[in-house]
Amino acid sequence: MKAKLQIQRGEPGAPLHVEAFEIDFEAGQSVLDGLRAVRQSADPTLAFRYACINANACKECMMLIDGKVDYACTVKLKEGETVLKPLPKKALVRDLVTEIAPPDERLFPTNAK
Amino acid sequence: MHLETDVLVIGAGGAGMYAALEAARAGAQVILADRSLIGRGGATVMAQMTVAAALGEQTPDSWEFHLADTLAAGRGLCDERLSAMLCREGPARIREMDAWKVGWARHDGHITQIHAPGHDRARCVYVDVLSTGPAVSRTLRTQLNLASGIRRIGDLAIVDIVLRDGQACGAVAVHLSTGQIVTLAAKSVVIATGGLTRLYRRNSASFNMGGDGYALALRAGAQLIDMEFVQFFPIGHLAPRLVGMDPIMWDPFRYKLGGKLLNGEMREFEDDYASADARNDGTYVLTRDRATYAISKEVEAGRGSPAGGAYLSFQHVPESELRRSFGPVIDKLAANGIDLTRQLVEVAPIAHYHMGGIRVDEDMLSTIPGLYACGEAIGGANGANRLSGNAITEAFVFGARAGQTAAAHALANASHWSDEAAATTVGMLRAADKRDTPNLSVAVTDLQALMADKVGPFRTDEKLREALVEIDRMSSELGATPPSTGESFDPLLIDWLDLRNMLQVAKAVATPALARTESRGAHQREDHPGLEEAWTLNQIITLDGADIALERSAPLSQKAHA
Ligand SMILES: Cc1cc2nc3c(=O)[nH]c(=O)nc-3n(C[C@H](O)[C@H](O)[C@H](O)COP(=O)(O)OP(=O)(O)OC[C@H]3O[C@@H](n4cnc5c(N)ncnc54)[C@H](O)[C@@H]3O)c2cc1C
Ligand code: FES
Repeated sequence: MKAKLQIQRGEPGAPLHVEAFEIDFEAGQSVLDGLRAVRQSADPTLAFRYACINANACKECMMLIDGKVDYACTVKLKEGETVLKPLPKKALVRDLVTEIAPPDERLFPTNAK
Repeated sequence: MHLETDVLVIGAGGAGMYAALEAARAGAQVILADRSLIGRGGATVMAQMTVAAALGEQTPDSWEFHLADTLAAGRGLCDERLSAMLCREGPARIREMDAWKVGWARHDGHITQIHAPGHDRARCVYVDVLSTGPAVSRTLRTQLNLASGIRRIGDLAIVDIVLRDGQACGAVAVHLSTGQIVTLAAKSVVIATGGLTRLYRRNSASFNMGGDGYALALRAGAQLIDMEFVQFFPIGHLAPRLVGMDPIMWDPFRYKLGGKLLNGEMREFEDDYASADARNDGTYVLTRDRATYAISKEVEAGRGSPAGGAYLSFQHVPESELRRSFGPVIDKLAANGIDLTRQLVEVAPIAHYHMGGIRVDEDMLSTIPGLYACGEAIGGANGANRLSGNAITEAFVFGARAGQTAAAHALANASHWSDEAAATTVGMLRAADKRDTPNLSVAVTDLQALMADKVGPFRTDEKLREALVEIDRMSSELGATPPSTGESFDPLLIDWLDLRNMLQVAKAVATPALARTESRGAHQREDHPGLEEAWTLNQIITLDGADIALERSAPLSQKAHA
């Protein structure tokens, strides 16, 4: 099966753009599996956050998936197109990465970036 | 950017958070840094099962019984001073967590303790439902919030420990979300970076468990101990894709319900391997070591399941019994499209925990002044194999101790920081350049495959030598200068820094594995089956240029140092 990921790329300050990647997948695989496959097969510069991969414990992989806020590690890949964007209400860092730490756990507490 | 503190704690899992709390309690200023988010990046938050401590809540118990079990599992290699500390101080930490409202499961007013394999009685506490790790992590984060004197900084990956006159004086880090280089001056440094199981193809690891702390310690000149002992869990989940569950979760159910292992030909094979083993405990047909062996051999003989493991079947168990035993887990499985009444799952041995690590004394001090370590990052307490439930207890107990001793050292000493001492690492990071490299995320996968195939649960002289040659080749290919996208949150730089550490740690595992010509605990040599009394020795390693220097020494007993 093939999935097409439409991913918003870029840093704040520069124009954002969307890039599409096509990947092979098996039923049951997660959107996070897909993103990791993109890094392996097409573009290792793609930035997204994750830690626990299987446990759904770290809660770091949240993003906008087809317009809905969700965990990339629990949403399953589907055939056809999936649109991925960074969280809309958090400061953008790059690509799908946003500033999600509580302010007092950041190096620059007051600053978004 | 430059920061200064009394105590720098690297890694915010159970061990690091406890260390920060105790160091602050002792009056030290603390920076608690994690490459991920605070309390979320490592194994602690992922653990779903149990924590061992001789509380004697429901069954009479004593820490000495717990110690006897810990030493038996360690097969003669435990540093008994550390094992004793783990067992003796575990109960107080479990009760402290209770007072902090972690929510240990209770029955009739007592904390519930269950019987896990390897323990002589019911000793293991947990938080329902499969929430032990998240509850532990949440509780410690709350305490961090309430404490004063602790600065928490996420997204800060420590790249090297800085040494001056042979003493640790701080660290160099990369702030991932801005790409800034950060230097940290600290009077004491505590490594609490967790384990290394990301080195293997199949693992229960998070992204941050490539063994950074072992590499940091090696490059700082510290000794590591027992690095050949990687714990493989025999029936880790393999397929179908399952998210939101601990991959080791099948074990208690297999134990309770007699889950059956089938090979790719749908034939039960455990009996084929059972006859050779006298340690059959009656409930399992095979002990864990033998189950790992049996599954690996079936796969090697071309009789594996499609994903390369074995099938685990509960189809002989009535649905009502399944529902009763699995409880709400059944619904989690259903959410992943798994129905055990009509479906098999595939399981395989997965890398789960690391017994070895930084060599420390009872103060959690490494062989480098000012450099402390705790949690899964240290070796010694569990010897050649770990008892289930000991890892979280060890994170609490050793974390707390490291926090206390690191604070005492910091409060009694002046800062040794010098920018010059940090210059090499800062220079390396500044030199990071935009250039074409092979895809390093693929190189990580290659290394994981190499480790699984050649430095996995069953080892031979030939395979280990091949692994070492390949590790050296990959290291020289990696080079001395990181590539960079030149942008914030730079995955190219992260991959490079990870590989730099992972390759060094891979070598630190393979080298003592090659030297240990016997089979003991988690280190099994196909060309040297059986335990040899003469090998009741710890192997201690240090870095010698690009090579690993090996020493042997007799395990430390409790009495010799009491
Ligand atoms: C899925 C799973 C289930 C488990 N279940 C159990 C169980 O039921 N019972 C039990 O006793 N044990 C269990 N274990 C083992 C146990 O969870 C761990 O041994 C223990 O939690 C380790 O705690 P720690 O604080 O030493 O390390 P971790 O909790 O792994 O924390 C280490 C932290 O260091 C950070 N870090 C790493 N490198 C760097 C760096 N270079 N710079 C900055 N930060 C860094 C990481 O991001 C991470 O947050 C389980 C392990 C796993 C993986
Ligand atoms: S990767 Fe940890 S919750 Fe998704």
